[in-house]
Amino acid sequence: MRRFRLEKKTKRSALAVLLNSILFVLVALAFCGVIIAAVGFNPLEVYGRMFSRAFLSVRGIRSAVESGLPLMLCGLGVSIAFRMNLNNIGAEGQYAVGAILGGAFAFYGPKLPGILGILVLAVCCFLGGAIWALLCAIPKAFWDVDECITTLMLNYVALILLSYLCLGPWKAAGQNVGQTEKIPDSLALGEIPGLEVSVAFPLVILIAVLMFCFYKYTTSGYQISVMGKSLTAARYAGINLKKNILLVLGLSGGLAGLAGFIQFAGITGRVQENMPNNAGYTAIVIAYLSRQNPLVVIVVSFLLAGLQNSSATVQVMGVPAQIATMMQGAIMIIVIAGDFFLRYRIVSVKKGGKKA
Amino acid sequence: MMTLLVSLFSGAIVYAVSVMYAGIGETFSQRAGVMNLGVEGIMLMGAVSGYIAAVNTQNLALSFLVVLLVGAVFGLVFAFLTVTLQADQTVCGMAMLTFGTGLSGFLGKDVAGVAANLRFENIPIPGLSSIPFIGPVLFSQNLLVYAMYVMVPLSMFYIFKTRQGLYLRALGENPAALDSAGMNVFAMRYAYVVFGCMMIGVSGACVSLANTNFWSSGMTAGKGWIAFALVAFSSWNPVRLTLGALLFGFVSCLGSNLQIYLPGVPTEIFSALPYVATIVAFILATGNFRKVHTTQPAALGKPYDREAR
Repeated sequence: MRRFRLEKKTKRSALAVLLNSILFVLVALAFCGVIIAAVGFNPLEVYGRMFSRAFLSVRGIRSAVESGLPLMLCGLGVSIAFRMNLNNIGAEGQYAVGAILGGAFAFYGPKLPGILGILVLAVCCFLGGAIWALLCAIPKAFWDVDECITTLMLNYVALILLSYLCLGPWKAAGQNVGQTEKIPDSLALGEIPGLEVSVAFPLVILIAVLMFCFYKYTTSGYQISVMGKSLTAARYAGINLKKNILLVLGLSGGLAGLAGFIQFAGITGRVQENMPNNAGYTAIVIAYLSRQNPLVVIVVSFLLAGLQNSSATVQVMGVPAQIATMMQGAIMIIVIAGDFFLRYRIVSVKKGGKKA
Repeated sequence: MMTLLVSLFSGAIVYAVSVMYAGIGETFSQRAGVMNLGVEGIMLMGAVSGYIAAVNTQNLALSFLVVLLVGAVFGLVFAFLTVTLQADQTVCGMAMLTFGTGLSGFLGKDVAGVAANLRFENIPIPGLSSIPFIGPVLFSQNLLVYAMYVMVPLSMFYIFKTRQGLYLRALGENPAALDSAGMNVFAMRYAYVVFGCMMIGVSGACVSLANTNFWSSGMTAGKGWIAFALVAFSSWNPVRLTLGALLFGFVSCLGSNLQIYLPGVPTEIFSALPYVATIVAFILATGNFRKVHTTQPAALGKPYDREAR
């Protein structure tokens, strides 16, 4: 007679985490396939079209990189907060405010020469996101107010503000959609010659690499993880919690604000009514799936951007565009469930208690 | 003036009730120690499933049953992840949020823009509804509002006056004690999480089958989050939850009514009002200004692990 019981694992290797994630992403795809079939589409055909559109052509890869850029920055922003166990779910709003402040500088600020203008524009966007996050970080740091609610609620406020500006005072003349005029050419980020990819791409990679080194090789970076794992331990180690909450949430929002910069100066050239387009929410999925590793954030963002883009392809077949969000949610749920096998192993025990 | 006041107050009640089902469900879930962050997503699932059923069956009772069922399924999944697999509740909540939002949009495509012509109609109560002011405000509402009049005292009584309620409170404060007393902590948490999600689904039905009668993707527009905020705001107490919900209902109706009387002011200010009010009230109500202990259930957010006892 054998019985099975669970035993806690003490160690997990990076490879095990990777294989486990891939396995359960596949399970999630199968699960979504069932839903797609239930609504009356052929899941293989849907998946086939999506995959070939997103990843099997140069054009597809290029557009996945392009729409992945804001996701990467939002993902990096959310993941630094997640590392410290701060649930910043306001990347959407921080992105929007970053774009708004950037727009304010581009349209009303002084004209600065050359690269200086672009730099100041980036700083404005960063500050916009950081200020929006600090509105929640201050109550969190000083009065222990849950940041989930406040960051999320500010998303709605920021999006209302953005759409007000784009449909009202900032609206470009003669446009039907809510968007501003094009920014001056001097502020636009160019493309890498020959590759037709925004120069923002290597910059984003650089930020990710810097963050990776920050976590791995600096004391402050290590402190963030300590605070995330145990507040008591952090307190005993003499880490200043208040200061770190302000810093980390500010940085988190600032990175999301930079997503506004990239989109604005690098891709659209205008501030648009629904600019963040759910990037801030997708960033939550990215931060979770990448286990807050900045380099993995880049890869996951690229994949999810491809997924998002490909949903437009299957819309022709009549599949709703929300298929992308649904798949992201399903992937996240099922990978969370699969995580169980990283924490526990199933061992078979002979009756009497001896291990077999 | 009178008509304005009546529309303001009755509108506030309708708004309040649509977040209160979710709020009360979440209160039970959190009192049991499980924080469900996915309210908005599950609410959308309730709204869409009820509406799809209404369009296809033209049977209101059946549609309501479907809403409860869908809520229960989501509750089971959430409980499986957080209670059985002991996964992080915040992350699970966000996953449910994303999945619910996406799936509701996906499934609801065929009924978006289709008229169901089936809803919880206002049923004036004979006699009571003819009382001036109070009648049209309180007693000319739909069935879901009337049910809420019963639900609040009932849940107060259950939580604070019954033996089961005592166990429920213990479940969120000290599950190990209940376990030692021979109670099944896991089964009880499952039950309250599932109940909570069913109520969250009903809130969705309020939105698509009572307050309005249509479906559009993402139509709850943050109501789930407002409900979630109200739970902590109310210190896990249904009566205070009612007061909070009424306040927010009032603020949001004030906005849409003032819009008519103040045409010069951008309408966006009024649509942002409920969210700003939520943030301010939430900070004031839950902020730990004097460094005192909070009323938050001590075991909230912590999976119960028998081996770690």
